[in-house]
Amino acid sequence: MKLKISLRHIAFFLLFAIFVLLPFVNDSRTLLILLTQIFIFGILAMSYDILLGYTGIVSFGHAMFFGIGAYTTAVMLKQMDNTLFIFVLSILIGMLFAGFVSFLVGLLTLRLKSHFFAMLTLAFSGLFLVLAEKWRSVTYGNDGFTFRAPDVFRDRMTFYFFVFTSLVVIFLALYRFVNSPTGRILIAVRENEQRTKSLGFNTLHYKVIASVVAGIVASFAGSLYAVSLRFVNTSVMTMDITLDALLMTIIGGVGTLVGPLLGAAVIEYAQHALSGMARDYPIFERWIIFFGILYILAVIFFPKGIIGSLRLLIWKWRGKVKNKKTQVALPQEKERFE
Amino acid sequence: MEPILHTDNLTIRFGGHTAVDRVNFQMPEKHLKAIIGPNGAGKTTFFNLISGELKPTAGDVYFKGQSLAQKSAIERTRMGLGRSFQITNVFPNLTVLENVRLAVQSKEKIRYQLFRHFKSYKAITEKAEELLALVLLDNKRDALTTMLSHGEKRKLEIAMLLALDTEILLLDEPTAGMSLEEVPTILEVIRTIKQQGDKTILLIEHKMDMILDLSDSIMVLFNGQLLADGSPEEIMNNDTVQHAYLGGLYDEHLTDIK
Ligand SMILES: Nc1ncnc2c1ncn2[C@@H]1O[C@H](COP(=O)(O)OP(=O)(O)OP(=O)(O)O)[C@@H](O)[C@H]1O
Ligand SMILES: [Mg+2]
Repeated sequence: MKLKISLRHIAFFLLFAIFVLLPFVNDSRTLLILLTQIFIFGILAMSYDILLGYTGIVSFGHAMFFGIGAYTTAVMLKQMDNTLFIFVLSILIGMLFAGFVSFLVGLLTLRLKSHFFAMLTLAFSGLFLVLAEKWRSVTYGNDGFTFRAPDVFRDRMTFYFFVFTSLVVIFLALYRFVNSPTGRILIAVRENEQRTKSLGFNTLHYKVIASVVAGIVASFAGSLYAVSLRFVNTSVMTMDITLDALLMTIIGGVGTLVGPLLGAAVIEYAQHALSGMARDYPIFERWIIFFGILYILAVIFFPKGIIGSLRLLIWKWRGKVKNKKTQVALPQEKERFE
Repeated sequence: MEPILHTDNLTIRFGGHTAVDRVNFQMPEKHLKAIIGPNGAGKTTFFNLISGELKPTAGDVYFKGQSLAQKSAIERTRMGLGRSFQITNVFPNLTVLENVRLAVQSKEKIRYQLFRHFKSYKAITEKAEELLALVLLDNKRDALTTMLSHGEKRKLEIAMLLALDTEILLLDEPTAGMSLEEVPTILEVIRTIKQQGDKTILLIEHKMDMILDLSDSIMVLFNGQLLADGSPEEIMNNDTVQHAYLGGLYDEHLTDIK
């Protein structure tokens, strides 16, 4: 146990050090932009994991919160001023608004059976998409608009560190959240909602809490995303974003928080590599097909995602070394639930 | 003395079938009443009506004289009505300890605590471990619940119910499907709780020797109706009951005992 914990800490520390030092070793713009993108989608995917992985809620409308953040920040930076203060303010307002919307939507829809809920989330996010399209005076319709990021972020490296710090802070906060008593109840809801009720927990409340937390974090990711592009259009509200988050979570490993981060890295990197190849081989322009294949392979070979499968391997290896007979929980399960 | 729990013409119909039919029963406080009746008599349905999983077609349930008609299952649990399930109903992918811990957490009303680590609630883990020891499951505390044997899951079910520490315990065939060697553990646990003397227990069982051993009174359900309710002796000598079971499940037990 001791060994495992310190190993994990060492791994995290190493990764942390690598990402801090990397920009000084290799300051290629492409790499910085790619990593920034991975971090942003990592935050989004972690937020989706709170819903899917921890609470067992399937939402098709998660992009709406990402979009709320992206538009709030973009509109405020454009209409008011491109200062750091406005940027921070826009993040807070976006998160507040996203939290409010997910609270209302959750309260209205989370009582329903899961498939009705999934459909309704799709409908609600459609509503926001239409709003973004039609409210032209502010959103400039489908084409969107460019805006100026705060001056400090002119330097890509500053923005990189800002995003990286956010990622670390959010990861730690969410990690705490899922390991809090309330977080444990979310897992119970995922495992057996009816039983959770009969223990005297009002499961609707917990599903709403999960969706508010997920919505707030997704909005934050959206704010960062808009600034990373210095541009926003309706694509931030589309199903593609939700599907990306879903894929990243599933491929990386649901209910692990680390998994979605890894998933974000895999998908974003693949997208980047494939779009590079598409210049020479047009077939790669249809990268979504490759994701379909990747997704199917992942579900067949890594039903628990990359992280889940890795942990399983480690457990098997350890199990052989230690005691074959004692049936104890898999390490990942113990960690998560004990 | 006013009963802690009573029903007034409690009835539920599923389509044309009346599963519980105008049942009036009274449950004295700190009493152990067994409910018997053939398969399909409506025993589990009766529990579901009391615990709020089902809403009655007619009639009502009263807890300490207060109508429960408007109370959800969650509210009833919080008021003091805890139940175990005939079909094992636990959290399969959580560890045994975590299953019980969740129940203790509910009892301690730790519901919306988002920022502390759950492991810092030492007392909760200790309480959960204590309950696991009581049902002789402490050696399995870190096992995943799916890996337990059927009998062990039944024990876990009991530990979770006890963790809620409710005034009333509704036990739906706690020994169902258990191997013979495992039954005494459950019997002992129920006996211990009874001897502690602060719980009111309703027990659905098929094992007649166990019922006679434990119960203060026995009520018989038949086709959804309350056929008889009385002391064990009264029930054993009741002609209607004997008649109802003629050729039924209990004959061998009854002759055994006589
Ligand atoms: N939700 C439901 N919908 C329709 N019919 C139901 C429902 N629940 C129970 N029933 C019916 O009500 C009757 C009583 O069932 P119940 O489970 O209460 O019997 P029981 O006395 O607990 O039997 P057993 O000893 O087998 O557990 C059965 O005929 C059953 O089919
Ligand atoms: Mg039954």
